[in-house]
Amino acid sequence: MLTRRKLALLTGAATTTALLLAALPGSALAQGKTVIDFWHGLPQPLGGQLEQVVKEFNDSQQAVQVNASYKGAYPETMQAAIAAFRAGNAPHVVQMFEVGTATMMAAGPAIKPVYQLMQETGAAFDANAYIPAVKGYYSSKDGKMMALPFNSSSTIMFYNKDAFQKAGLDPNKPPATWPEMIEATKKLKASGSTCPMTTSWPVWAQFEQLGAIHNTPFASQANGFGGLNAELKIDAPLYVKHVQTLIDMQKEGLFKYGGRDNKPDALFPSGECAMIHGSSGLRSRILKEATFAWGAAPLPYWPDFAKDGPKNSIIGGAAFWVMTSPKRTPAEYKAVSQFFSYLAKPEVDSKWHMDTGYVPVTMKGFELTKAQGYYEKNPGADVPAAQLTRTPTTENSMGLRLGNLPEIRNIIQEELEKAFQGQQDAKQALDSAVKRGNAVLRNFERANKG
Amino acid sequence: MQRRVTFDNRLLPYLLLAPQVAVTLVFFIWPAAQAVWQSVHLQDAFGIRSEFVWFENFEHVLTDPNYLDTLKVTVVFSVAVTVLSMGTALLLAVLADSKIKGARAYKTLLIWPYALAPAVAAVLWMFIFNPDIGSFGLALKSLGYDWDYRLNGGQALWMVIMAASWKQVAYNFIFFLAGLQAIPRSVMEAAAIDGAGPVRRFWTITFPLLSPTTFFLLVVDMVYAFFETFGTIHALTQGGPGKATETLIFRVYHDGVVNNDLGGSSAQSVILMVIVIALTAVQFRFIERKVHYA
Repeated sequence: MLTRRKLALLTGAATTTALLLAALPGSALAQGKTVIDFWHGLPQPLGGQLEQVVKEFNDSQQAVQVNASYKGAYPETMQAAIAAFRAGNAPHVVQMFEVGTATMMAAGPAIKPVYQLMQETGAAFDANAYIPAVKGYYSSKDGKMMALPFNSSSTIMFYNKDAFQKAGLDPNKPPATWPEMIEATKKLKASGSTCPMTTSWPVWAQFEQLGAIHNTPFASQANGFGGLNAELKIDAPLYVKHVQTLIDMQKEGLFKYGGRDNKPDALFPSGECAMIHGSSGLRSRILKEATFAWGAAPLPYWPDFAKDGPKNSIIGGAAFWVMTSPKRTPAEYKAVSQFFSYLAKPEVDSKWHMDTGYVPVTMKGFELTKAQGYYEKNPGADVPAAQLTRTPTTENSMGLRLGNLPEIRNIIQEELEKAFQGQQDAKQALDSAVKRGNAVLRNFERANKG
Repeated sequence: MQRRVTFDNRLLPYLLLAPQVAVTLVFFIWPAAQAVWQSVHLQDAFGIRSEFVWFENFEHVLTDPNYLDTLKVTVVFSVAVTVLSMGTALLLAVLADSKIKGARAYKTLLIWPYALAPAVAAVLWMFIFNPDIGSFGLALKSLGYDWDYRLNGGQALWMVIMAASWKQVAYNFIFFLAGLQAIPRSVMEAAAIDGAGPVRRFWTITFPLLSPTTFFLLVVDMVYAFFETFGTIHALTQGGPGKATETLIFRVYHDGVVNNDLGGSSAQSVILMVIVIALTAVQFRFIERKVHYA
């Protein structure tokens, strides 16, 4: 009796399993397509535009089906990918923000470097087609491309031409240096502006970019490219002077601290702040919301610290990483490489740039956009790409390769906030940030060595 | 003749207990054991390399001066939220218990906030207090008050305390109201006839009879302030400015999920676990003596 019931149960279970096994990959096999999971971290409307790019790829050929899904903001997408990897179920491709680069590179067996993927699958791919500042950020120490750059941006300055006019400033001559900046904010304040200047991404814009354009290290070991034993260098005179200037400007009502990360973005299109240092990706929002005349300009610099002029800026945004999984087949990697080759096409790059405000990541994409006359019709849209390519990259303007950089950014923001509240001066804030940041770096070094 | 109920089947009691034991093992003991295991290891984000480091994670946490600041913030926050939400709820419950017009609608309105998710509640508060778009924030600014919780730590802490308490008032209100309605009217009437005024009646009759409810809410509210206010803080201030609104539970999340420091984060949750167990034990050992169960 019992045995018969057991038998029936077993048969039932076996049938169900067989049916499930047949049904699961069946849908994909029926069409003969290799299915690729792609996780991204772009919210709407950018996420929809990215999914449109994926759809265009899917429609362009018969062999591969890329399934794009939104996994929350960048940090959440990173967590989801890490958790999935630990469970043996990583997606084929994941979009990872630029500050997660060192974490991904240190992940070793969890990722498949792009150069290796392209070699193994024999796909046509030219890493040198990428803009040097973009390529450098995602390359290993010996110049091999680890991830596929896609949506890159840079920090630039947006300014309100109407407010400039009102303050008696030349609307076609935005301040190019910090002394000019301070002069301009004073005039803006005198003309009644409650917020002459603010900054989005305080650490990215006022530390990482500052170091790059002044050819001053953010950290030792070539900003971490040289090894995991890098230490923060943001207590150098350039940073102290810069932060103290911001603190003083804030006290005088010339600068407004608008919050962490991209929280201050809203202050510019609403007309409250006359100038903002922010991501070039802010452009599309300003286009939509601003009711005044505005312009875009490169970031200002300190002439005393950049005797031979400012260097190229660095990028932000995200890149696509290929992840490994115990069950992955060569056919799947091949499919990923086809997807990547498609994304690297100049037409795709250029269209994405024009649609979203991210910078073109390849030289050909930039030239194609130029050739189409886009920049004549949209003055200022070429500022980020021009700023990224204005000089050859140096050791200090290649990008950052620091472990747990998101945490370090938060530490710096916390110390800045304490300084803006009047609890400490620039030197104290930066010393404390260096001390706390180095502890984070040592922890990362230890957890990731060997 | 023996009249005791006995189970003939020796297996049955175990079977009846099994579901509860299984749930406890899977959802409480196992994660807690995982946390303890993680807290003595150093691991990279992907879990590829793992090293046993004894109590180093605890050492790092406990010697970090910022951790002590966070502890201070947590104490201020928890005490303020508990006192504020219980005090307000008791006041409202006493008022709602007296005979007033439209008491039913009034009670329903008071219970509503409890149905809101903490993050949603926080967003509502943000729309009120944001210095750039919030109605109250803008009003304060137009009055010349320098309101900016993104830079002023005191203001930020005050705001998260308000938001967290507001949510808990509804829960406390339900229990206080039920407790008040369980007090026999005859006792109150007798006291009134004997000449006791409303204040005296409250402190000598109502409050002592409410003490079991009050004690229960004290424990629940403290656990709420420690563990469940994460969503509120996350949506409103993200622990900032500086570290002015960072509580212990927020830091556990931040170090573990944002900073990928699993060892440090686990060490903190073990510490947090110990703190809450100790606090609850203290409450039952000392405060419960003052509770009068009728």
